[in-house]
Amino acid sequence: MPADQTPSRDDIAAIIADHRGMEGPLLPILHAIQHAFGHVPQAALPLIAEALNISRAEVHGVMSFYHDFREAPAGRRVVKLCRAEACQAVGGAAVAAEVLADLGLNWQETTPDGAVTVEAVYCLGLCACGPAAVIGDRVHGRISAARMRALLAEATP
Amino acid sequence: MRIYVPADAAARALGADEVAAAVRAEAQRRGIDITLIRNGTRGMIWLEPLVEVETEAGRTAFGPVGADDVASLFDAGLADHPLALGPVEAIPFFARQTRLTFARCGLIDPLSLTEYQAHGGLSGLRRALAMTPEDIVTEVTESGLRGRGGAGFPTGIKWQTVLNAKAAQKYIVCNADEGDSGTFADRMIIEGDPFTLIEGMVIAGLGVGATRGYVYLRSEYPDAIRVMDAAIAIARDAGLLGPSVLGSDRAFDLELRVGAGAYVCGEETSLLNSLEGKRGEVRAKPPLPALKGLFGLPTVVNNVISLATVPVIFQRGAAFYRDFGLGRSRGTIPIQIAGNVKHGGLFETAFGMSLGELVNDIGGGTASGRPVKAVQVGGPLGAYMPPASFATPFGYEEFDGQGGLIGHAGIVVFDDSADMLRLARFAMEFCAVESCGKCTPCRIGSVRGIETIDRIGRGDADAIELLTDLCATMKDGSLCALGGFTPYPVMSALQHFPDDFAATTKEAVP
Ligand SMILES: Cc1cc2nc3c(=O)[nH]c(=O)nc-3n(C[C@H](O)[C@H](O)[C@H](O)COP(=O)(O)O)c2cc1C
Ligand code: SF4
Ligand code: FES
Repeated sequence: MPADQTPSRDDIAAIIADHRGMEGPLLPILHAIQHAFGHVPQAALPLIAEALNISRAEVHGVMSFYHDFREAPAGRRVVKLCRAEACQAVGGAAVAAEVLADLGLNWQETTPDGAVTVEAVYCLGLCACGPAAVIGDRVHGRISAARMRALLAEATP
Repeated sequence: MRIYVPADAAARALGADEVAAAVRAEAQRRGIDITLIRNGTRGMIWLEPLVEVETEAGRTAFGPVGADDVASLFDAGLADHPLALGPVEAIPFFARQTRLTFARCGLIDPLSLTEYQAHGGLSGLRRALAMTPEDIVTEVTESGLRGRGGAGFPTGIKWQTVLNAKAAQKYIVCNADEGDSGTFADRMIIEGDPFTLIEGMVIAGLGVGATRGYVYLRSEYPDAIRVMDAAIAIARDAGLLGPSVLGSDRAFDLELRVGAGAYVCGEETSLLNSLEGKRGEVRAKPPLPALKGLFGLPTVVNNVISLATVPVIFQRGAAFYRDFGLGRSRGTIPIQIAGNVKHGGLFETAFGMSLGELVNDIGGGTASGRPVKAVQVGGPLGAYMPPASFATPFGYEEFDGQGGLIGHAGIVVFDDSADMLRLARFAMEFCAVESCGKCTPCRIGSVRGIETIDRIGRGDADAIELLTDLCATMKDGSLCALGGFTPYPVMSALQHFPDDFAATTKEAVP
């Protein structure tokens, strides 16, 4: 999991410099910043805009288009539950409802102690062993609410 | 002794890493010398983690194996055991397939270029290197290969357009955005046999005169990203990629790019915008990407499976490939069987098998044991087919004739507990969440669609006509298939399962 820390201008500038030579560098830059800091801080936008010679609004427009990029850090563990059809066919919606109720969350919310964020995902390619989920970067198939409880107990720092 | 434990994401999701660790530990404890190989999956997902042991009689399988089972497997001498399945390739689900594209998937160590070549890899490319670009494109055209990403457009014709275009730089872009529910073939081949995709892309480059390529891979597939990244580095070190492909005077290099969680970026022009670092908005066509694609230059955009099938076509010849199939659907198609089904997994077969045979015979019916109610074919934009259309043979035109589409060939099975009104509502909701926002029927229509279906769910039968009108507007007024095809799941649900829309007391809760 990426560290959630407040990056300095220099940290951000270094990441931008690493990717500037690429064709179409904007997405790789946003990914790299998010990977390093757990989110893309507002302070990064003008630096990216300047380096790529585009407007700040343009950077914001791109960033906000994609579901992956976040402006603020998520919880220490990000749980993504698949809501797509193949997982629905094996009771995924009921499992998701129970997991959310357990944690007292709605979709895209974080527990008050900052431990867990739950997000919706539309297919993880695990459609023959659903319902499927990811915790951090570990995939899990045939999940139940009980199994998620156990996994989260193991995983929550 | 060689033991195989898949590192495919589905196998890992079912505990394969724990099994691999247990196998290592157990072998060490007993002082048995083993080589543990993390292969791709054979595609029999209900048997994962599927452990294979190499014996004199070939590879024999055990599954599904849990970490707890490993000690008893060793006690049984890795032979006679309750989880024993016998020779892996004799398991009926596997034995009934025709594996061309997926021939090596699950068989070899995905990142061993030596094993790749030992199993026929690179022979297609070596043949292509001796051919003219025109002959390469002709070979693909004659194979009858059509795009496996969804639209089924003839690959050879697309390549011909790019070959004919004059430009200093051309590109090969691999669409690995696989966002459809029920599909995992792209992920499986990348994790299980990534060099076949690289080889296919190099051949495409030689064919159309492109020296650069991109693989645009969705961020939801971290395992595939890791394997693809490693495979590209290995290919470059080995001279398969770079300024001199396999020591020839031809150059081709490849880069991996990761998407950022937008379904619409699977649409080819949206994908190109995304690669360029823009919002993933769909571009109007014309101009075709073949003429003005990435950075405005001629670009082949092909799906993973389309490109990964190219090597076997060159290895065995266009005629060999074309001889499989039915009508204008030539060759084989990796069908992904998923959802509520007993034997879920990947089944590669020649076009032409009926949907019913795939669901009931190959898939074994539902996992719940209840009757099949509906099957969604072709992802979230595909129609729900009732058992009454199970005679439909798997083919582009055949499905079209039944008001459906095969898309990326995912089949999602639902039992009789499925609520078709809720699934129709979900289709509208998905469209609303994923719309790129460019056209009103898609952006606003989908939101109205959710509301209208909720009205129907509350017992307002008049809203059915409204929903029908709305779907017609979305179909006619949308720029791309996200808005344009959402009516398929919605209207097919309404048409085939009217009872689910007729209830007067049902709450259409999200
Ligand atoms: C909304 C939408 C999503 C799509 N998603 C994918 C995808 O994930 N993968 C893919 O290969 N094609 C996808 N397509 C089809 C592509 O636009 C394009 O037809 C395909 O990449 C061409 O490659 P092919 O000819 O090899 O199939 C999608 C199309 C639409 C309209
Ligand atoms: S149909 Fe929807 S996704 Fe497609 S171009 Fe229009 S708004 Fe964008
Ligand atoms: S539908 Fe849930 S993993 Fe594919």
